[in-house]
Amino acid sequence: MTTHRRELSVALAIVLLAILLAFAAPGYFSGENLTDLFLANVPVLIVALGMTLVIVIGQIDISVGSIFAICGVGAGLLAKAGVPAPLAGLGACVVGAVLGALNGSLVAYVRIPSIVVTLASMVALRDALRWQTQGAWVQDLPSGFQWFGLSQASYPVMSLIVAVILSAGMAWGLRNLAAGRAVYATGSNEEGARLAGIRTPMVTFSVFGFLGALTGFAAALNAVRFNQIPTNAGLGLEMKVIAAVVVGGAAITGGRGTIAGTVLGVILLGAIGPALTFLGISAYWERAVQGGIILAAIVIDAVGTRANKFRRDEHGSNLAASRA
Amino acid sequence: MPAPLLEVKSISKSFAGVRALKNVSFELLEGEVHALIGENGAGKSTLIKVITGAIQPDLGTIEIRGRPVPHNDPGVSRLLGIAAIYQQPSLFPHLTVAENIALALESGGAWRKVKWKERNRRARELIERVGGSIHPEQLVATLSMPEQQIVEITKAIGADAKILIMDEPTASLTDREVDRLFKIIALLRGHGAGIIYISHRLEEISTIADRVTVLRDGEVVGTLRTDEVDKASLIGMMVGREISAVFPKREVALGETAIELREVGNRGAGLRDISFGVRSGEILGVAGLVGSGRTELAETLFGLTPGDSGDILVSGVPVRITSPAQAIELGIGYVPEDRRQHGVVLELPIAANTSLANLKIVSRHGLIDHDKEGRLALRYLQQLRIKAPSVYTETGALSGGNQQKVALARWLAIDPKILILDEPTQGVDVGSKSEIHSLMMDLAERGLAIIMISSELPEILGMSDRIAVMHQGKIAGVLSRQQATQQKILSLAVN
Repeated sequence: MTTHRRELSVALAIVLLAILLAFAAPGYFSGENLTDLFLANVPVLIVALGMTLVIVIGQIDISVGSIFAICGVGAGLLAKAGVPAPLAGLGACVVGAVLGALNGSLVAYVRIPSIVVTLASMVALRDALRWQTQGAWVQDLPSGFQWFGLSQASYPVMSLIVAVILSAGMAWGLRNLAAGRAVYATGSNEEGARLAGIRTPMVTFSVFGFLGALTGFAAALNAVRFNQIPTNAGLGLEMKVIAAVVVGGAAITGGRGTIAGTVLGVILLGAIGPALTFLGISAYWERAVQGGIILAAIVIDAVGTRANKFRRDEHGSNLAASRA
Repeated sequence: MPAPLLEVKSISKSFAGVRALKNVSFELLEGEVHALIGENGAGKSTLIKVITGAIQPDLGTIEIRGRPVPHNDPGVSRLLGIAAIYQQPSLFPHLTVAENIALALESGGAWRKVKWKERNRRARELIERVGGSIHPEQLVATLSMPEQQIVEITKAIGADAKILIMDEPTASLTDREVDRLFKIIALLRGHGAGIIYISHRLEEISTIADRVTVLRDGEVVGTLRTDEVDKASLIGMMVGREISAVFPKREVALGETAIELREVGNRGAGLRDISFGVRSGEILGVAGLVGSGRTELAETLFGLTPGDSGDILVSGVPVRITSPAQAIELGIGYVPEDRRQHGVVLELPIAANTSLANLKIVSRHGLIDHDKEGRLALRYLQQLRIKAPSVYTETGALSGGNQQKVALARWLAIDPKILILDEPTQGVDVGSKSEIHSLMMDLAERGLAIIMISSELPEILGMSDRIAVMHQGKIAGVLSRQQATQQKILSLAVN
């Protein structure tokens, strides 16, 4: 965690992409396009911030898409029931936190692997929502709900401020709060952390709850952009988010990952799709290119880790032996 | 004279410009046990890897029975009858003993039919050959460490290995188990096998080995007959300087009773009626066979598996310890047995590892003060002579001995009153060992009460003021330093 090679290489990729676009498709940088791009990716970013923590502790949550849908619908229903928009947003966070905590408690205390827990909740929550709403979108939202009652022009600014504050706050917290240390320690060596007096189940539980709350928040931010709320929102969100976190350098095995990396990962993966369209490449290529980037990131990781391990082995003779 | 079983000639190997082996020659005869010793980082592992073909040397050759091996790799070396048994058995825990043995021996297509009866029969025969009594259909996960080792040895002899490499085979065995292992080794050499025996326990080497080769900084310091050499000169050769083989034990004025146990029991961990006290400045050694409840006792005191009966008093005050956080609050530190896995967090820098057990001491208003953390880590870096470029070096990049010191630094940083050390010098080279022992004396002088669990009787006898011997989850007896002898401890341990 001392070097920032990954962050730098992702940043470099973004810069190269920007240079290419500046020459080949300057229209990409129109205010309108950038605003659209930004607004579409704010929810991804916010969920990815929470997912970074989950991945750093060595877990995964693939139910965020379903939680996202439920929270969006929840916020809409609250608004329709007359709750002011900000409070409806808060309500979405609470719903998300509860659902996340449910995942977290199964992982942390019942000790079921997170991939299984969240696979189950992904399916169960999605279908519960479908059954409950019969697939009907939430419509006739009160006027104060859209844009949180802000003007359409000031909403992106507000979103930007929120995104920056959240990202910076989490980056700072991970570095400067004891809780941040506990997250990294739990992820890289759970038993070791436990023996150092860290309540690792509590860390796991809290991280899942926190991701849930952020997912709720992201859902609310997304819901206010439209005048109706789809019940199938967030389909595939989990993959976008996990991909961004992994591209940003977080190790899927836990212990490693930074907020800066995740932010850059979201930017790169979010920017590349529309960029293809601007460059005149068929939009059908979007997923393939994104997949290629993810694969590249993982391969670089694997190669880098192997080199590291090798270096480490040459130091400790016992370690080398026990691993051989 | 017949050609030696194995001859390694003038091997050199560098990693990223660092010479790991310099012109190393080594020879193993039929029926010989040849010990290989050296401090951590002396090049033992690299040499073993060259012999097993895991890495290729830059220079030099390997000959088996006088025939050069032009290109060695793990497959080739196995065909040539070379087998390595590591400190940590590398078995498949969810497969049975017979299957584990079969995997090493059977070859052939993926679609062949498995002959279960034959598998089990062969496993039983091989186990009997080494005098073991393990059921072939038992799952490996249910075996004890020494039993797993026997399975490893069985695998090797089943493959008709003539050259056996044993890396620290006795590190986690008790004396009785060591005796059994030595009997197996005697049996193997009787059949003409040659054994390369790596150990930090020098007293074993004169018992089991015919010759000993000492490595230091990647070079052979010398090869000697074990009947012509004593422990002190071996230590001298390993470290290149004279180190007192005696323990740095000093008289320390004892203070109040720091921790007292009254009939403490822990049904889940199998502990019953544990009563003893440790005064500040005192070192209580805890001896016993593996499985006698020593580590369980430590985990009970540290709140990992809280006790369910009896009383624990810290500084005379009754307490209930139900979590590590609580134990830390009470000033109890615990350096666990398996430091590499549990003692340090390899991905975190030294500084973060040092402060991990109690972030309060480096925090202000809940925020980590990075300067303060750095200074704290630097203090222990210097005090414990941890060899690292900086306190922000990732702990995983350090050598084993230095990682162990980082594990210790973490617990010294909480300023404990009671320190539990589980096998504090297991697998540590001689130089670090004596450093850790003098450090323990310094800590005792500062008034710490130390509970030291150890399987090494010389260490127990050399460092402890009193010795509690455990047997089947109970204290079989407590001996004073004056009373204690190896025989007395052993007879209590086996009852």
